[in-house]
Amino acid sequence: MISCALTLLAPQRLVHLTSVDIVIVVFYFVLVLAIGFYLKRWANTSEGYFLAGREMTAWIAGLSFLSANLGALELMGWAAAAYQYGALAVHWYWIGAIPAMLFLGIVMMPFYYISKTHSVPGYLKLRYGESTRALSAVTFAVMTVLMSGINMYSMALVMKVVLGWDIHFSIWISAITVAIYVALGGLRSAIFNEVLQFILIWAGALLIPILGLVEAGGWHALKLRIAANAAPEYTHVWSTLGSVHNNPMGINWFAIVFGLGFVVSFGYWTTDFLVVQRILAAKDLRAAKMAPIIGAAFKMFVPFIVILPGLLGIALLPVKLVGEGAAVAAGGHSYNEVLPLMLARYCGPGLLGLGVTALMAGFMSGMAGNVSAFSTVWTYDLYGALIHKSATDSQLVRMGRWCTVLGVLVSIGTAYLVMQFLSIMDYVQALFSFFIAPLFGTVILGMLWKRATAAGGFWGLLAGTLSSVGMWVWVKRVPGAVSTIALYSKASPMAQDVWRAVWSWSVCVIVTVVVSLMTQPRPISELKGLVYGATELPSEGEVPLYHRPAFWAVVVALGLIVLNIIFW
Amino acid sequence: MEPRGSISIWFFIGISLVVNGTLILGYGIYELIQPAQKQNPIVLLNHHASVWWGALLLAAGITYCYHFLPGRKRG
Repeated sequence: MISCALTLLAPQRLVHLTSVDIVIVVFYFVLVLAIGFYLKRWANTSEGYFLAGREMTAWIAGLSFLSANLGALELMGWAAAAYQYGALAVHWYWIGAIPAMLFLGIVMMPFYYISKTHSVPGYLKLRYGESTRALSAVTFAVMTVLMSGINMYSMALVMKVVLGWDIHFSIWISAITVAIYVALGGLRSAIFNEVLQFILIWAGALLIPILGLVEAGGWHALKLRIAANAAPEYTHVWSTLGSVHNNPMGINWFAIVFGLGFVVSFGYWTTDFLVVQRILAAKDLRAAKMAPIIGAAFKMFVPFIVILPGLLGIALLPVKLVGEGAAVAAGGHSYNEVLPLMLARYCGPGLLGLGVTALMAGFMSGMAGNVSAFSTVWTYDLYGALIHKSATDSQLVRMGRWCTVLGVLVSIGTAYLVMQFLSIMDYVQALFSFFIAPLFGTVILGMLWKRATAAGGFWGLLAGTLSSVGMWVWVKRVPGAVSTIALYSKASPMAQDVWRAVWSWSVCVIVTVVVSLMTQPRPISELKGLVYGATELPSEGEVPLYHRPAFWAVVVALGLIVLNIIFW
Repeated sequence: MEPRGSISIWFFIGISLVVNGTLILGYGIYELIQPAQKQNPIVLLNHHASVWWGALLLAAGITYCYHFLPGRKRG
């Protein structure tokens, strides 16, 4: 199939694939499809198709949990953000991910796991009732197909820049591959391929920072080059956050700590079913608690293959990269192309094929994650709950397979829509704040506060989501509103998204609390297994310290603190 | 964990690393023996990353394939 692509080459490209590169890329496609066909036999029941039979070890669930997030957002988008904003982008990996992942493993996972829910909207049904589940399921379904479309567009962009492939061909070939292996093997196939893709991403991308640091002359020399080409602030993660005026992102420490580190991060990592679904496939509660901690440990080092190449681009690339709009107008390269540009700089035949495979793997894992999560939520929380309540197990599996194909088709439509937006990253962040931040408010109150009621949960989630969309529309129509939303007229789109998440989460929490206090709560006996204080958590028994998830959570947290101090 | 009788995901990963490592190492050795005549745009070509990176992937792949070979008992 890749050979056929050569007939569709566009006139300009960064590199030419040799025969050895083509063999590597083709082999990757063959392998992921073979895994899908091989695993089909274990995806004939709803538990097997949507939750991989709940048989995954902590390592497989943890790596899959992380890999599902290593899509276009991570690889292309954050390398671009690092080029644009400097080392500040690392906050989205460290404080903007690690604490939330540890919290998910230690505090929230027991409730998700003990309740035996199939999805996050499924938990909301148990805790708040059908209306909250329906609202959450609809917003989640919309978000996942939009995200999937972003992944497709990003991959097609890479293929255009690096190889000169036709953008439409890239979208369709990757989409069809993902549709086949997810529709056949369900979540198990998605998880297996995500673990494979995780390894390939590291194998293909790790050479860029290694060779980049060799060329730059080490970290200290790199900092000097960045200071000369951009500004010294570009290599610091905290020291410039005292004021919005001191850093290229126009953001301060409060927005990073509370907005990103709490609202956005906890919202994404603890309530986005795309990632939580991988943990629900764990074989037991201990594996479910360990999986996010394992994911967090690896997450700390992902900036090495994503953020560092962006910084190396500032220091070493002979051309100055610009925004997408300016790049299109002037015929140059945009921020979004920094990672493939660095790949083309260091990787010759063979390595280039592996690097291109790594990028494709990242994009396809993100796409597969979205599609499998969409399929599950649609089948269980919309089709099974609202449309066909008496559906049999085999009907649910059949619907899941069709939904996978449908989700891919809608994603393709979304990919064409995304082409109209100037910045991939800012769009993605806007989506997060629409749905994820309010959802986190609803879930966390549901898990930790017995007094939260069904009406409170529903109206809080609705008010939070509408307030987020409303603020976004307000800023689009009245640009001066930025200074009200983000407390700074020159706040970057990323800073605006963080602040919008803070406000929408706050609206959700306030409305949920007020409405709950005005309505009748459920009896405590009905909240067993759903709420902290009403649930007896299973004891871990007398096990050595190094077998306890809490111990490893502390180790990872200490690692996070040390890294932040080093790069202060 | 895999269902009873199934092939481990780590075996698939081993296969992938063996194939990729062999191809990359092979091409790296070919480049060493027969350097390209025209100007090569790749930076740091003299470090022969294809050779050592390909060898590393191949070694890791063989280890995974051996350890997770279907039917092999793991202690």
